[in-house]
Amino acid sequence: MVQVKETKKAFSFKTVWRTVRMPLLAIGTALLVGALVMFLSGDNPLVAYWGLLKGAVGSLTALSQTIRKATPFILTGLSVAFAFKAGLFNIGASGQFLMGTIFSVAVGVNFEGLPMVIHLPLALLAGILGGALWGGIAGWLKVWKGTNEVITTIMLNYVASLFAGWTVYAGGTSGQIPGPLSDPVAAARAISQTRDVFESARLPQLFPQILDRVHWGIFLALLMAVLAWWVLWKTTLGFEIRTVGQNPHAAHYAGMRVGRTMALSMAIAGGLAGLAGAVETLGLNYKFAPEFTGGVGFEGITIALLGQTHPFGVVLSSFLLGGLNAGSAKMQFDSGVDRQIIQVVQALVLAFVAAPEIVRSLYRMRKPTPEELLQQETVASSWSQE
Amino acid sequence: MSAANNNKNGNTLSTLTRLTSRWSWIAVLVIFTLAVLVDRTALGQTWLRVLFGKSALNFALRAAVPLTLGALSGVICERSGIINIGIEGMMLAGAFGAFVVKVQTGGLPLPISLFLATMTSLLVGGLMAYIHALLSIRYKVNQIISGTVIITLATGLTTYFFNPDWISKGKFGNITIPLLSQIPVLGEVLFSNGLITYLALIFVILLQVLLFHSKWGLRTRAIGEHPRAADTVGINVNKMRYYNTIVGGMLAGLGGAFLVLEAVGQFKEGMTAGRGFIALAAMIFGNWTPVGSFGAALLFGYTQALQNELLLAGVTTVPRHFISMLPYVVTIVAVTGFVGRTRAPAAEGKVYESE
Repeated sequence: MVQVKETKKAFSFKTVWRTVRMPLLAIGTALLVGALVMFLSGDNPLVAYWGLLKGAVGSLTALSQTIRKATPFILTGLSVAFAFKAGLFNIGASGQFLMGTIFSVAVGVNFEGLPMVIHLPLALLAGILGGALWGGIAGWLKVWKGTNEVITTIMLNYVASLFAGWTVYAGGTSGQIPGPLSDPVAAARAISQTRDVFESARLPQLFPQILDRVHWGIFLALLMAVLAWWVLWKTTLGFEIRTVGQNPHAAHYAGMRVGRTMALSMAIAGGLAGLAGAVETLGLNYKFAPEFTGGVGFEGITIALLGQTHPFGVVLSSFLLGGLNAGSAKMQFDSGVDRQIIQVVQALVLAFVAAPEIVRSLYRMRKPTPEELLQQETVASSWSQE
Repeated sequence: MSAANNNKNGNTLSTLTRLTSRWSWIAVLVIFTLAVLVDRTALGQTWLRVLFGKSALNFALRAAVPLTLGALSGVICERSGIINIGIEGMMLAGAFGAFVVKVQTGGLPLPISLFLATMTSLLVGGLMAYIHALLSIRYKVNQIISGTVIITLATGLTTYFFNPDWISKGKFGNITIPLLSQIPVLGEVLFSNGLITYLALIFVILLQVLLFHSKWGLRTRAIGEHPRAADTVGINVNKMRYYNTIVGGMLAGLGGAFLVLEAVGQFKEGMTAGRGFIALAAMIFGNWTPVGSFGAALLFGYTQALQNELLLAGVTTVPRHFISMLPYVVTIVAVTGFVGRTRAPAAEGKVYESE
């Protein structure tokens, strides 16, 4: 008995190492390949990465920017990870983000004079609602008609982007009607954007004397990570979600309502991405213009996979990717290397975490044991359709 | 069940009349008929001229070319069981490759320079597709994720290497085909275009015939529907998936070349601007057939033409955003099965391992 206990302990320590080893190697390798690309095209990777490091954590301003970038990443990463757990692929985080933005800004620029304790939560809830609606449509179509959520979420991304563009559209010189949220003052100068949201709907700044424009959104994001973990592993709903994700047939025979669980998971995933949009607007931009995407594209997928679809992994990955994005401007300024190299590094990170075999063969690591493969397959099986 | 489906797929005509793709062709025919009426009758004096003039049709066709090539790329990949959401990335990379070679060979005579640039777009598109195939087949990466890698990689690399000082001079001119271009409306629109447009039209017909009436087509559909059965009769499933995906990538790359060498003449960062995803939509709406995809691409191209024509005519009551939404909304409606029926290849997205 004692022996069993001990091996269990040792095993758990090993599991932690095994879990973080692959993502770390993936990032390291991606940075190395990025360096190679820079070197081959005549840039100095050492200068570039030194600038990147300085720009990410080199000063309080840099650190602030990393935190600011990480905030929406955590939420969209959670969104993708949550859907993965239910066996769904949410490739629509950017659309849900935009719907969350539009809903929250609509509340934020209206209702002047509401006290903050009502206005701010209302605007945040509106953001969650907007995203949940957008994710929910995909989930509901999947359950009702069996429509592949990958296709619907891709299409809904573009619908959301055009819808958001319309709401703030400045109108045209030949009499085009401006969008409902467009700011008349800016529209007169042909700028498409909303008014600033009222003070009472803004997320307060966090340590404004020390940090630079960091807002309470980061706390909301961290809170959501804890909440997602709690829901997934400590509640009946979470148990249902994970069971449905691993084996919908088994879940069905166990008497779980598979359809309801799937639709709900997709709505929750959408709500998380919607909150990202709300937080980005109410905490940082205070308004919406079509180019304000919070850098949210496919990052959610990279972050979710890099974080092994675990909420706490998502948080760590978000700070890593947030740092990369935050530091890239300083990198470009210091070394003249185009900051888009970070996009290349991100693509490679995604490729390497999704194909650990590449990393394994690069470093001549041993083949995974059947036990480890089984663990991987549980993640992999949650991606399959059906 | 699957046998019945195979029969339906084999019979192109009945496929067209039963599935969603027929709606796009019905719409295309209606638009075309109205265009003929506008051109030939007194209707030409009315407001219909704005919506169905020859300029709208021309615009629609030109907008449809990259969508068609992208959709064909999707058809080849997905029919053989590899999901390709990376069309956008392959197209962008192809466009960039064509642009770089076009600029570098600027000193050579224009036809040679254009030829080399076009070949490069095929090569680069094929290379991106090879990465996609490698990740999805060899490393068994989920194909949606692999597609995302392709898009992110292409966006990053093209922007990183792009130099705004590069200027490309000259592009594919219009070749007017004698006699055919004299046919009212149809000939005028179809037979006075650049080379890549003609290539796209040829590929649509060629692929439709090959896919449904050749050994290659039968095998491609077999490995996309039931790879195990295909393997049993001696088809090397994964090898064929590699080849088809690469050919698909080349087509998407050619779509990118169209943008640089025939339409715009220059490269701009992110110039594909979501065309790869509309192409994906066209492929789905066209129910994974070349002709169906082309019909959908024409229809989606027409929505772009519509925005342009309405703007020129000073019609401002319909926001352009909502017209742009149509392809995406229509595709959601189509895959949902509210109108007609779409069906993806059965083994799509599944890793195949021979026993």
